[in-house]
Formats: sequence, structure tokens, C-alpha cells
Amino acid sequence: MQFEMSSLMPVLPEIFILSAACVVLVVDLFLKEERRVVSYGMAQISLLLAVLVTLFTATGERQILFDGSVVRDAMSDVLKIAVYLISAGAFLYAKDYLRDRDIFKGEFYVLGLFAVLGMMVMISANSFLTIYLGLELLALSLYALVAFNRDSVQGSEAAMKYFVLGALASGMLLYGISMVYGATGSIEFGAVSQALANSGVDKRVLVFGLVFVVIGMAFKFGAVPFHMWVPDVYHGAPTAVTLFIGSTPKIAAFALAMRMLVDGLGVLHADWQGMLVILAVLSMGVGNLVAIAQANIKRMLAYSTISHVGFILLGILAGTGKGYTAAMFYSIVYAAMALGGFGIVMLLSRKGFEAERLDDYKGLNERSPWFAGMMLLLMFSMAGVPPTVGFFAKMFVLEAVVSVDMTWLALVGVFFSIIGAFYYLRIVKLMYFDKPVDETPLSAGLDTQVVLSVNGLAMLVLGLFPAGLLSICAAAVG
Amino acid sequence: METIYLLIVLAPLLGAIVAGLFGGRIGRGASHWVTSSGVGLSALLSLYVLFGFVTGGLEVFNGAVYTWMVSDGLRMEIGFLVDQLTAVMLVVVTFVSFCVHIYTIGYMAHDEENWPGESLAGSNSYQRFFAYISLFTFSMLMLVMSNNFMQLFFGWEAVGLVSYLLIGFWSVRETAIFANLKAFLVNRVGDFGFILGIGAVAMYFGSIDYAEVFARAPELANTQINVWGDESWSLMTLICVLLFIGAMGKSAQVPLHVWLPDSMEGPTPISALIHAATMVTAGVFMVARMSPLYELSETALTFVLVIGATTALFTGLIGIVQNDIKRVVAYSTLSQLGYMMVALGVSAYAAGIFHLMTHAFFKALLFLAAGSVIIGMHHDQDIRNMGGIKKYMPVTYWTSLLGSLALIGFPGFSGFFSKDAIIEAVHFSTIAGSGYAYFAVLAGVFITALYSFRMFFLVFHGTGPRDEHAKAHLHESPKVVTVPLVLLAIPSVLIGFFTMEGMLFGEWFRDVLFVLPQHDTLARLGEGVHGPVSMVAHGFAGFALYFAAAGVFAAWYIYMKRPEIAERIKSRFGIVHRILDKKYFFDELYQALFAGGSRGIGKLLWSLGDRILIDGLIINGSAKAVGVVAGWARNIQTGMLYHYAIAMILGLLLLLTWFVI
Repeated sequence: MQFEMSSLMPVLPEIFILSAACVVLVVDLFLKEERRVVSYGMAQISLLLAVLVTLFTATGERQILFDGSVVRDAMSDVLKIAVYLISAGAFLYAKDYLRDRDIFKGEFYVLGLFAVLGMMVMISANSFLTIYLGLELLALSLYALVAFNRDSVQGSEAAMKYFVLGALASGMLLYGISMVYGATGSIEFGAVSQALANSGVDKRVLVFGLVFVVIGMAFKFGAVPFHMWVPDVYHGAPTAVTLFIGSTPKIAAFALAMRMLVDGLGVLHADWQGMLVILAVLSMGVGNLVAIAQANIKRMLAYSTISHVGFILLGILAGTGKGYTAAMFYSIVYAAMALGGFGIVMLLSRKGFEAERLDDYKGLNERSPWFAGMMLLLMFSMAGVPPTVGFFAKMFVLEAVVSVDMTWLALVGVFFSIIGAFYYLRIVKLMYFDKPVDETPLSAGLDTQVVLSVNGLAMLVLGLFPAGLLSICAAAVG
Repeated sequence: METIYLLIVLAPLLGAIVAGLFGGRIGRGASHWVTSSGVGLSALLSLYVLFGFVTGGLEVFNGAVYTWMVSDGLRMEIGFLVDQLTAVMLVVVTFVSFCVHIYTIGYMAHDEENWPGESLAGSNSYQRFFAYISLFTFSMLMLVMSNNFMQLFFGWEAVGLVSYLLIGFWSVRETAIFANLKAFLVNRVGDFGFILGIGAVAMYFGSIDYAEVFARAPELANTQINVWGDESWSLMTLICVLLFIGAMGKSAQVPLHVWLPDSMEGPTPISALIHAATMVTAGVFMVARMSPLYELSETALTFVLVIGATTALFTGLIGIVQNDIKRVVAYSTLSQLGYMMVALGVSAYAAGIFHLMTHAFFKALLFLAAGSVIIGMHHDQDIRNMGGIKKYMPVTYWTSLLGSLALIGFPGFSGFFSKDAIIEAVHFSTIAGSGYAYFAVLAGVFITALYSFRMFFLVFHGTGPRDEHAKAHLHESPKVVTVPLVLLAIPSVLIGFFTMEGMLFGEWFRDVLFVLPQHDTLARLGEGVHGPVSMVAHGFAGFALYFAAAGVFAAWYIYMKRPEIAERIKSRFGIVHRILDKKYFFDELYQALFAGGSRGIGKLLWSLGDRILIDGLIINGSAKAVGVVAGWARNIQTGMLYHYAIAMILGLLLLLTWFVI
């Protein structure tokens, strides 16, 4: 393996984020407690610079590097930029929250940057090993983040559960990878794909391995029945961390599925399609139904995530360019929606008070009409009410499913999203039609207010002009 | 030129937006300035366009401004078709609208008195009113400038909407709410036909662009289609009749006329603008615009003719017994709209449009004059309480006289030329129903004169108001009210004399309105008429003039000279009076049959379908089921780590057994 400058250029974004994380880690050591904001600033600047670095090193061609371990293509660029931007939003919303609870520490941003790096590695992976590396880097960072508030029993418990179940899932994924390796003799996606195309590969071993691979992926997505960790982790983790876990990793999970299932095991489409159908239907059903019974908004959003994952899977299982485009569109849009939704949760929380119960949203319109309006847009978008972008995300996915003659699946999707609309609209009802329980005025920094407003309005603007993002996704999927 | 056309349309819209959204902030003065100057600008530009056509310096413009969407090959565009017909309509609409804007400044000056103190709707009502009338102007301009059916429909519905808003402008009055609902619902009936007609056009022509549809019309002239069963229908007749049903709603033709008299609940300026001069003429304009289609179906023409003639005669009769000053004018409007439809029915499209134009001026004048009287009488509208107002309100008196003379067709006045042309055209027509129509329009002349001058005499002459208090406060209305009256009086008298030759017999509409040679009644009339003077001379040879004179004389004799005659007729012909007073019981019929019937059906569906089936079974039932399932499913989430792990293993086993074995 040779390291030449020319082969380092395409991975410059990863190198940059790695260095940035290390620099933040070291600088943070020498900072006084009250100047902690410097680490925050550096983390934010590195994310924004990473956007520029990614843009400037983008060639638009598909480059495979380091003996087939890493790939750099249009899709990876788009997904990475989405990850940077949404992570930057998450860091920003988290700042006030962490400071109010005396856990405004540099580690949050260091771990966050490492998680971003893990996602980048996953996004750019071209072999099972690379993807596993990325996955573990992300997962380890997240375990630590969930337990970030060390005094919280709930947080530690959630982290523990997450860790154990994550280890189980990783084990299954590795086992599946070993099966695939055994059948094809390679862990590099290109070679695997080629070996599968040639006859003479033991199909049974492959499908056996495929089941484990799909389970590893389903765990990452939080698809039913591998979703059990999601509500507990979302609920137990500090909201700032929930926000981060709930948004960007969905983009990485999409990349994971695309790389492993499409790039690597694309030939087995007929087999994994069936598995994804089961996962998707179960996720949409369980997610939407159980969300209704939740009185805690973080748990409700956790189940809502599960149902959205079902939709992303619908796009992927269609197995066409249109479906992948729709799934990519959906995952980016979902990450932005989740960012805004949890952003509002944090906006309403303050020192010593977590706005976790649904009742805390009563009469929000009287307390702050503007942010009630933003929440309205976000909830409408999640429910898929036109003209918000959530409607188009759902529509593109359903269109893709219908175009491969799986209309019944689209009907199931529509059916469950109608049920799901209930709990989103319940929030809207609470905000606008009920009397406020809590009259404390909202306090938030100007930066949070501005970004949250942009976040909310983006739901409407992207909904009115969905073609831009859609064509970017279509070009990226190729 | 495209910029000018865009400006004509957008200037009133801009005014409406500014006054409507920011009216409260910029205040009353700024609101009426911004809207009036927007419409004023449109009026000036419209005049410029009209002169461009008169001098021949302008070409017909037909083009798309913006493509909204293309769906299955059907292009939906915002586009303008500006030709001689459009130019006339532009000037009529913007000029009348401009006068009404100015008049409104005076009429609505004390609008806050019309609202209860605590009413929220009463705040900024002045600004809102201006926003509405400007918005109306915009909608009407979109309608007349359209070059396709979709935009026509947009304008059609938009004027309907604004009309609805304005009829119910005083939303705290029960009667106003009833009237605007009625107008809306009756128009829905018409619009249902209209949209079906547009649908049929789109279906069979594959286009909704006027030029393309008209070009293909001759090919499809003899197409027969099956709507249901084996009954075969002529496509053209079907399309034309359906479109005309829309026109019947908007132009208030029998039997869809019932909303117009009630719409007088709105403030008087809008009665003048919308329910007399412009919106109600949309149907007339539309049929004239569609002349290439209507010419191909004689059945549809007869339909138009008979409906128009019926409206012209029978609604005029009701006008004789009305006592509300605005309602008399309203029934007169209905009757005159009937005349226009009659003109269209005998293929004298030019005469219909000509009457539309002259009528717009003198009817707006009459309405605004009535409004001026109403201001003077402190919003008492009953003509039996008036009388002798002449000496208190001279300007109103003289302009009303000119307007009434124009309406009854006094020789040389604009109404004379337009009405006489229609009557003569009917006389020359040979299509089915023209005999009936000829009788109706001739009798209508007498009736028009009778009700017009009955009102005129009762209001302005005679002994004077019975109420001494009202008398003490009578005085001429302010300048903002009287100047529009004078402005409108000028064209009411003169415009016919100067334009009749060109519009009726000349080149003006030659390339715009399509008339088959065998239908061309105006050409036959034109053979005997050379210029306005000869038309007047011609008028003395016909019956119409003498009928009108007889009508005026009868009004004077019955209501001024020997008022007891009126009473005696009333008691002698009690049944007739009652039938007329009750407007042939149309309202009662509709109220019982349609309103009552649909309420009954609605109630049935509500109790059976909605409450038991949908609410009970489907909505609440499914919600309950979802709730139960959700409550059950959440119990799986126990919080125990080993349960979670088991779930994963079970999932693994499920997938393995399903896909591997």
C-alpha cells in the first residue's frame, strides 16, 4: 500500500476532521472552565471548514483508493456535507442546554467530531472492514455521549443498554461479513459484487450471511424488531445528545445500507428486498402505533424515528435509482426535521426543567407564536402535510415503490402515516388550542433562535421548491 | 406592449395588497390613494390601448406571459388576448371602477357608524373595502384579458369571490350574510355548468387556448357525442349550453337571477361596480368571446335567446312594484342583461357588447345617483318616503334624469342606439324563438320606461319627504360623490352617438366576433342605417320609441297626476301584484325545494352516515382500536435488557427461517 499525495487528496475531509478533533481535544485541556466556548467555536469552525474542504476536493468522479477500501463519489460528498451541516446545527442547539446543566465540556464536541468522522468513514467505505471501522467509531462515540451526564442514572442505564445491544449487533454484523467473505473470498465491495455475478458461489451461505448483515444494518437504523434500544436511549440520554443521535446517524445508516447492500451485495437484491419489506412494514406499524401511546415527547419522537426509518427502507428496497434517490432525499430531510424537532424541545427546556412531557407544549402559541409556528411546520413536515418537505419525501418514496409494482406496500405506508399523523397533529393541537400550563418566557440565544427559525422555515421552503435537493440526490445516486 | 398589459392588470392588484394587508398601518387616506391611483393608472393605460386600436397603431396581442404547468399535453398558462373587444371591456371596467373608487371615498366616509362598537370586523373596514374593490378590478381584468379558458375560469371565480365578500361586507347584518350566501350558492349552480363546459372543451379539443379551440371548432361542428345512454348530443350545443349556464349564474338570467336583487345588501358603490356595470356582464362578454363556438349551434343560440328574452320581460315587470330604490335599479339591471343576452341569441354580438358598454355607464350612474339619494336620506332606501328631492340635490337630480333617459332609450342618448339596435336585430332574425323575443323586448321598452320614471318621479318630484326630520337634513352630497356622477353622465349621453357606427356596423369587431352570414342580423340592419342621425330618424319609424314615451307618460299619470289609480290597480289586480311582489315565488320555491331539500338530505347523511357510520364506527372505532393496540404494544418495551436481546434474536430467527430455509 503506497501513500502518495494524490491518493491522500480525496480523503482530505476525513484527515481534516480527525486533526480538528485532536486539536480540540488538546486545546480544551488548557482552557479555563469559563472559556469552554472556545472548544465549541473550534468544533463549529472545523465543521464549516470541512464543508469547504469537501467542496474543493470534490471531483465528481468515482475514485477508489487504498486498494479498494475507500471510495469517494458524488453521493459521499453530498451525504458528508449534510452530516457536517446538521451536526453543526446539533452542536449549536446543544450549547445552551449543556451550559445550563453544567456539562458544557470539551469532550462533547470531541466525541461529536469523532462521531462525525465515523460517519464519514462509513459514507466513504468501499469494503466491509472499512464500514465496520466507521460503524464502531461512531457507535463508541455515541455510547460515551449517551452517558455524558455522569450524574444521571437514566443516562448511564441507557448507555449500558445501548452498549450491550450494540455489541450484540456488531457481533452479528461481523459474523455476516465473515460468511460473505467465506463465500466470495473478498471483503471489498467491488470484488464481492464481481464474485457474486459469477456463478458457482454457494447461494445458501451467502443468504445466511446476508441475514446477519441486514440485521447489523437494521440495528443501526433502529428498525423493528431491532429497535428496542431507540426509545430508551432517546429518553435516557441528555436531550442534546438525543438530538445528535436522532439526526445525522440516520444519514450514515442510509450510506451503510447503500454501500453494503447496493454496492456490495446488489446481486442479491431479490433476497434483501424481502427482508427489508418485513423490517419496513414492522417499523412503520410499530413506530406509528406505539408513538400514539407516549406521553413523553422524546419517546414519542423516538418511535416517530422508527416509523420514518420504515419509509427510508421502502425507498432502498425498491432497488431502483429512483428509490435510492427518494431514500436519500428522505434521510437528509428526516435528519433536518429531527434536528428542528429536538431543537424546539431544548428551546423549551431550561435549567432544572426538561420540557419532555407533552403537556409542556400546551399553549405554546401564547408564549411564543413564532416558535409555535416553527414547531407547527416541523410537525406538519413529519406528518407529511403538503406543502412542507415531509410530504414530498413521503411522496417520492411511495412513487418509487409503486413504480416497481409494490403498490400494496405503498398503501401500507400511507395507512400507517395516516395513523402517525395523529400524534404529530396532537402536538399542534396542544400548542394552539390548549391553555398554557407553564408561563415562563422562553430564553434562548440569538444564534439558536435564528438557526431554529431557518430550520423550521426550511421545511416550508424545501417543500415549495423540492426540485433542487431532489436533483442533487438524483445526481449523487447516479 | 406586454409591459403595459401587465401593468393594467397588476396595478389594481398591488393597490389591493397594500390596502388589504397594510391598511391598518398606513391609514385611511393612504389606502384610498394607493388603490384609486392604481386603478386610475389602469384606466389611463386602458384608454391608451383603446386609442391604439382606434388609430390602428396597435396589433392584436395574443401570447402567454407565464406557463403554469403542462399536464398530459394540456398547457395551462397565464396569457393575454388583447383585441378590440378586450380594449372596450378594459376601458369600461377601469373607467367605471375608477369612478366608483372616488365615489366610495365619500360614500364610505362614515362607515364606522355601520358597525357595532365592539365589532372586530369593523376595524379598518374602510381600508378593507378599498382593497376589495381593487381586487375585484384585478379579477375582472384577468377575466377579460384572458386568452384561455383556465384564466377565464380564474377570473370568473375571483370576481365571484370578491362579490361574495362585498355583498356580505357588513357582516354583522343578518340579511347581508343571507344574501351573500345565496349569491354564492346560486353562482355555484352556474359555475358547475361552466366548469363542465370547460372540461368538455379540454376533452374534445385537447387545448384550452382560445385561438387553438376556435381554429379547430369548424372541424368538430358536426360531432355527436353520447353523454349517457344512447342519446346522442351535438358537441357544440352541449359545450355552448354548459358554458351559458355559467353565464346565467354570473349574469343573473332566469332562473338563476334570484341572487342579484338580494345582493343589494352590499354597499351601494359595489352595487354599481359589480352588480350593474361589470361583473354581471361577464356572461355577456364570455358568450361574445365564444362567438366562434356559439355560431356553430343554432340550438344553443335559441336557448340564449329565449332565456334572455324571458329575463328581459319578466324581471322588468317586478321592477314596477318594488319600493326599495336600489332594488328597482337592480331589477332594471336584470332586465337589461336580458336584452344583452337577446342580442347574443340573434348573433348580434356587437349590439350585445355595445349595450353592455352603454349600460355600464348609465347603470353605474343610476346606482351611484341612488346612492347619493341614500346618503341624503340617511340610509333610508324606501322610495315611498322620498319625494321632492329635486330642489335639495340638483346635481343628483340632473344626472339621474340623464341616466334614466339613457336607460329608456331617449333618441340620441347612448341607450337609444344600443337598445334600438338590439330590437331591430331581433326583428330581422329568423332563428327559432325570435318571434317571442321580439314581443318581449318591445314590451320591455314600455316597462323599462314605466318603472324608471315611476321611481324618478316618486323620488325627485312630488310633495317631499314625509319625515320633517329627514327633510331638514337633506342636502347635496359632497364633491367626491357628485363628480363621479358627472363623469359618468357624459358617456351615458354621448358615447352611443360617437361610437355606434363603428361598433355596430363598422370594422371594429370584424375580426374579433365571428358571425355566420346567414345569422348576420346587424348587417341587414346596417343596410338601412347610415350614421347616428339616420339611426335616430329610423327610430321614429319604429314602435319602440312610442312605447317608451307611453311608459314615461303612464308613470307620470299614474304616480304623479292621479296617485289613486295606482292604489286602485293594486287592489283590483291583487293577485298579479302579489305575484310580482313575490317575484313569481322563485325565492320561496328555491328555499323550500333546494335549500330545504338539501338540508334534509344533509341532515339524513349527517345522522346516519356521519354520526353513526363514519364518526361512530370508522373514526372513533378505529381510533379506539389503535389506542388499544398501542397500549398493548408499548408493554413490550419493558426496559429489561434481556427482553431486548431476546427480541433481536427472535428477529434473527424470523429472518433466517423465512429466507434461508
